[in-house]
Formats: sequence, structure tokens, C-alpha cells
Amino acid sequence: MLTVDALTLSRGERVLFRDLSLSLASGEAVALTGANGAGKTSLLRALAGFIRPDAGTIAFTGVDPAEARRRHLHWLGHLDGLKGARRAREELAFQAGWLGADRLAADAAIDVLALGPLLDLEVRQLSAGQRRRLAFARLIATPRPIWLLDEPFAPLDARWRAALGLLMQAHLDKGGGILAAVHDPLPVTSRAIDIGTGR
Amino acid sequence: MTALIILFRRELTLAWSGGGGPLLACGFFLCLTTLVPLAAGGDPAGLRPVAGGVAWLALALSSILSLERLFERDHEDGMLDLITLGPIPLELVVLTKAGGQWLAVGVPLAATAPVAAITLGLPPEQAPLVAASALVGALGFALTGALGASLALGSKRGGLLIAVVVLPLFIPPVVFGAGALERAVNGLSPGPALALLTAYVLFAAVITPFAGAAAIRNAQG
Repeated sequence: MLTVDALTLSRGERVLFRDLSLSLASGEAVALTGANGAGKTSLLRALAGFIRPDAGTIAFTGVDPAEARRRHLHWLGHLDGLKGARRAREELAFQAGWLGADRLAADAAIDVLALGPLLDLEVRQLSAGQRRRLAFARLIATPRPIWLLDEPFAPLDARWRAALGLLMQAHLDKGGGILAAVHDPLPVTSRAIDIGTGR
Repeated sequence: MTALIILFRRELTLAWSGGGGPLLACGFFLCLTTLVPLAAGGDPAGLRPVAGGVAWLALALSSILSLERLFERDHEDGMLDLITLGPIPLELVVLTKAGGQWLAVGVPLAATAPVAAITLGLPPEQAPLVAASALVGALGFALTGALGASLALGSKRGGLLIAVVVLPLFIPPVVFGAGALERAVNGLSPGPALALLTAYVLFAAVITPFAGAAAIRNAQG
């Protein structure tokens, strides 16, 4: 699905890593590990096209990078991309609609993530974990094969970590791929790559 | 097309919620154009020769007020990343946001402009021309304003930087718009000045999407 070859990435004067290569196969989850500042988030942002690497290539199987980023990638970063003053229902409707989900798919995501009771609340009234579930709903509502997740479980309690683990497994079973920057192990079978060592 | 409509509607909703950007801009516009005659000593005859210019300057300044939130809020809460990965090219997103800014702020300002111009001493019969030229000019302000907002994205004190970047770019529409009003007041056709104003808007419509998208990509990195 995704191949990274000899990637070198720097932020300002600091080189985060050199000649990093990795691949993501269909049905596979890859956990990016490493110390704080190792470049996990920067690598994900480079894959999403937000950062231009110094050297190396990022290739998506069967589709050019620009098209892949518009139609095949889901991005869930540190920030949830939600407006505090808007109601959860409005934010979900926009995010799902923007990414091409229909009403039924959005409703299904609401059910799966138990968001119903939260929909009429303003986003700023939600806890960090509830906001993360709301942000996760766009991934469920809009099928896209590659998920790029940056610390996806940080604000979630044990119950919802397990529940989202099941959703991730379902995504993998359908042939999707997941690349996640984490400090704790992913709740699905995954291959770990240490950004610091490149192994 | 559906995604564009969804984004456009969201822009309008955001513009009207949480502080009412258009109301603020219109209020500022009217305050400014009310203060100028008072500061000039309440002599309408003395103010009349520069009324068009003052009205357009006030329109330009009022257009700047809500520019900071055009991209900055989406940048701060991570929405801009999501929008970037949407089905619409970023260039079209910039154009859509500028269009939303025009409809949400520029059109109300243009509707307010005749009142402001008459307050400044322009003849009431010029009101339709004031509104029409302000409608076109506000589109130019929205487009170049979107460019300024994208260039200032992620910088500290972005609002101030936007003003510094944008004000020089606002000089042509202010000159052309005020020129159109002056020509009309003097019994000449405002057509040439309006044509130049329209040319400026078209130029901005071509430049802004590409330059704005490049600036946003740079800020995301």
C-alpha cells in the first residue's frame, strides 16, 4: 500500500532521521516507536504530505501521492480538528461529509462509537476522550484504506482503547493498513519500527 | 462539487457564529465613517471632495478585521490538516474560503457602504454606484485578504502581520473604487475605474488560490 525508501527528514537544522525505509502492506499495522522528538509525528506528517522530506521517496501502490492523499488516507493527529464552539453533530456532519461519507455511514459511526448522547453538546463540553471518539468517527464513516494515526489512544480509557482496537482490527481484516505513532503497544497485531534506530 | 458546497456552507456558518464577524465589520465600518465627519469639524462641504476615498479606506480597513480567523483557527485546531486531505485541491479550498469571506463579510459591508458614503457627504443618488462598486471591491479585498491570511499563518501576532501584508495590496482597489465615485460625482462615467477594479479582482482571483495554497503548505510543514 505504501513504501518509504531512504527517507531523510529534518526540522530546522536538526536531522530527525536519515535513510529510513519502511513499507505498509494490506491488512498490516505498523507501530512507529521511539523517544520523544525522534520524528514519529514528522514521519506521519511527511507521509500525509504536510512536510517535504529532504531526501527519499514516498510511494503509494497504484496511485500517485496527490491522489492517494485526497482519497486514500485518513489522518488523525494530536489535534482532533474540531471546533470547540460547534456542536458535536455539526462537526461530525462536516467532517464526514467533507470526506465523502453519506448520512447512513455517519449514523453507523455514531452507533459504533456510542456518540448519540454527545451529539447535541458543544465540542468544548466534551472530554478529551470523547473528542477523540468523535474524531475517530470520520474514519469509520468514510472508508479509506490507509490510516495514519498519531498517538490515537492517548486520551482514551481502557474500555475505549479496547473498542477502538476492535475497529482497527475490522479495518485490517478488510484489507486496510494502519501506521500509528505510539508509546504503548497497539491493541492489534502489529509490526514495530523504532524511528530512532530504523529497525 | 458536494464537498465544495459543504465547505462553503461551513465557512458561512463559522463566520456568523462565535462573535459575528460580519456585524463587527459593519459596526466598525459605520463607526469609522461616523467619526471622520466629527473629526473634520462637521463641515459636509469640506469633506465631500474626499468622501469617496474615505469611504473606500474605511471599507478596506473593515475588511481586514475578520481575516485572521480565515485560516488560523483551522490551523490551530488541526482542521486545516483534515481539509488538506479532502477531495478538493487546496487551491480550490482557498478560493472557496475567500468566496465565503466575501459573502459573509464583504456583501454586508457593501450593503452598509451607501449609508456610510452618504454619512460622509456623498450625494444619495450615488448610493447604487457605491453599493455596486463596494460589492466588486469587497471581493477583491476577500481574495487578497485570503492571500495575506495564508501568508501570516502560524506566525506570532498574525493579525498585525496580515494588516501589514494586506494593506499595500488594498491600495489599487481603494484608488479605483474611490476614483469611480469621484468620476460619478463630477458627472463623468465611472466605467473606466470600475473596469480597472474588476481587472484587479480577476487578477487576485488567479493569483490567490495558488499563492495561498503554497503558503498554507509551507505553514503546515
